[in-house]
Amino acid sequence: MLIVVSFWVLAVVSVASGIAVFVVDSMARATYALAVSFIAVGIMLVMVGLEYIGIITILMMVMEMAIMAVYMVMFMGMNPALMPMDMTHGKRWSAVLAVGTFVLLAAGALLIPWPARVGAPAVDLTASLGEAIMGPKMLAMLTISPVLFATIIAGLVIVNPRGRYDRWGDDLKRRPPNDPMRGGLGQ
Amino acid sequence: MTEPIVQVSPGWAVLAPLGLLLFALAGAGLNGALVARSVGRPLRSGARAPIAEVARLLRQRRQVTIAADVLLWRIGAGGLVVVATLKILVIPLGPWTLADLDVGVVWFNTMDVMIWALFWLVGWGANSAHALVGGYRFLSLAVSYELPLMFALITPAVAARSLRVGDVVAAQQDLWFVIWMPVAFLIFCGSVIAFSSWGPFATAVGSDIAGGLLTDVSGVDRLLILTGRYAVLTAGAAFAVPLFLGGGAGPLLPDWLWMIVKTALVLAAFVAIRYRVPTIRPDRFAEVAWIIVLPAALLQVLVVAIIVMGS
Repeated sequence: MLIVVSFWVLAVVSVASGIAVFVVDSMARATYALAVSFIAVGIMLVMVGLEYIGIITILMMVMEMAIMAVYMVMFMGMNPALMPMDMTHGKRWSAVLAVGTFVLLAAGALLIPWPARVGAPAVDLTASLGEAIMGPKMLAMLTISPVLFATIIAGLVIVNPRGRYDRWGDDLKRRPPNDPMRGGLGQ
Repeated sequence: MTEPIVQVSPGWAVLAPLGLLLFALAGAGLNGALVARSVGRPLRSGARAPIAEVARLLRQRRQVTIAADVLLWRIGAGGLVVVATLKILVIPLGPWTLADLDVGVVWFNTMDVMIWALFWLVGWGANSAHALVGGYRFLSLAVSYELPLMFALITPAVAARSLRVGDVVAAQQDLWFVIWMPVAFLIFCGSVIAFSSWGPFATAVGSDIAGGLLTDVSGVDRLLILTGRYAVLTAGAAFAVPLFLGGGAGPLLPDWLWMIVKTALVLAAFVAIRYRVPTIRPDRFAEVAWIIVLPAALLQVLVVAIIVMGS
C-alpha cells in the first residue's frame, strides 16, 4: 500500500516538475525543477529494485543540472539569464513534438502485449550489471565510448576561443603559456 | 571482534540527526576554542561561543534582499543538514545500521553531489553578486575534487569487492585500509574538507568576497547553513571510519563506542586543520587536481585492484 502510494506520488512529482521546467520564468528554477524530476525517477527506479541504477541516476543528474545551470547562464550572456524570462521558444512545433512523442510512447507502453516474466532476477543486480557491461555488452561499450569521447573533444575544440598557438606562441615554445588565468602548475 | 551488521528498525532514525547535531556542535565548540586560543582568550569562552551564536541567530530577524529567489534560497540553506543526515544513514554504528544498502558507498557519493546543488542555490538565491561568486567558486572547486573523491570512494569498495558499507568494514578485519591505501584516504579527507567548504577550501565563503555564500543570509537560514557545514564535515569524518579506519574495530571498548571515538578524532583533525593550511584558490587548484591528484587516485585504485586480484 505504502509502496503504491509513494510510487504514484513520485510519478506525479516527476511529471509535474517536468512541466514546471517550461512554466517557471527563471533559468535556475527550470534547471532544478528538472533535477527534482530526475530525482523522483531515480527513487522510483530504486523502488522497483534497481538500487544502483536509481541512485546513480540521481547522482549523475544532480551533478549535470548543477553544471548545466552554470552553462545556461554563461551562454545566455550577461543579463537575460539572471532576469525572469520565458523558458520556451518555437512554441507550436515544440508542443506538437512533445505531445506526439508522449502519445506514441504512452500508447506503446499500454498497447504492447508485454511477455510474461521468464526466469528470476539475479541475486546481486549491481554485480550482474557490471558483468553484463564488461562481458557480453563490451562491444557496445567499446563502440559507444570512443564516439562519446570524440563528441566531447569536438565540442571543446569548437567552443574553445584560444588554441595552442594563442597559448604557446607561433612556434609553440613559449613557457609558461600566455593564459588569462594561470593554473597551479604553470602548464 | 567485528560482529555482523544488522539493520535496526527505522524508528531509531530519529536519533541520527540528534547525534549528528551533537557532533556538529562539538566541532563548532572545538573551532571556537581554537579561535579563542589563537587570540589569547580563555578556551572555555571560545568553546561556548557556538551556543551563544545559535541563540543570537535564532532571535535575529531575517533580512531579505531585493528580488531574492526565496524558494531556491531556502532549499539551499535548509538542505545541507538534510543531506548530512541522509549521508549517515548508511554508516554502521558498531553492529547497527539504519539502512543496509547494497550500494551504500554510491549513496554517500550521491549525497555529496547534492551539496553542489545546495551551495549553488544558496549563492543564486540571494540575488547578490558576492553570494553568486561564492556559488560559482564552490562549483569550480567541485569539478576538481569530485572525480578524485569518486575514485577514493571506489578504492575500498574494490578491495572489499562490494559497495555495501558493512562488507567494507568486514574486509578490514586483518588490516585497516588506511594502511595500504593511504593516497585514497588523503584524497577522501581533502574532498570532505572541500565539500564542507572548510579550511583551505573555504573560498566560497571567503572574506575576500565579503563572506561569499554567507554574505546575505541571516537568522535561521544562516544558522542552518553554518550547522549544515559542520554536519557534512561530521558525516564525512564518520564515513572515513568504516571506509578506511576499520569501522568499530578496536580493543576493550565496544564497537559502537570505537566508532564514535574514531569519528570524533577524525572530526577534530578536520576542524583543527582550518587555520593551519593556506587557502587554495579553486581556479589554480583545478590544474593540480586533474594533473596530479586524479592520476594519483587512479594509480591507487590500480595498485589495490592488482593486489586484490592477486590474493
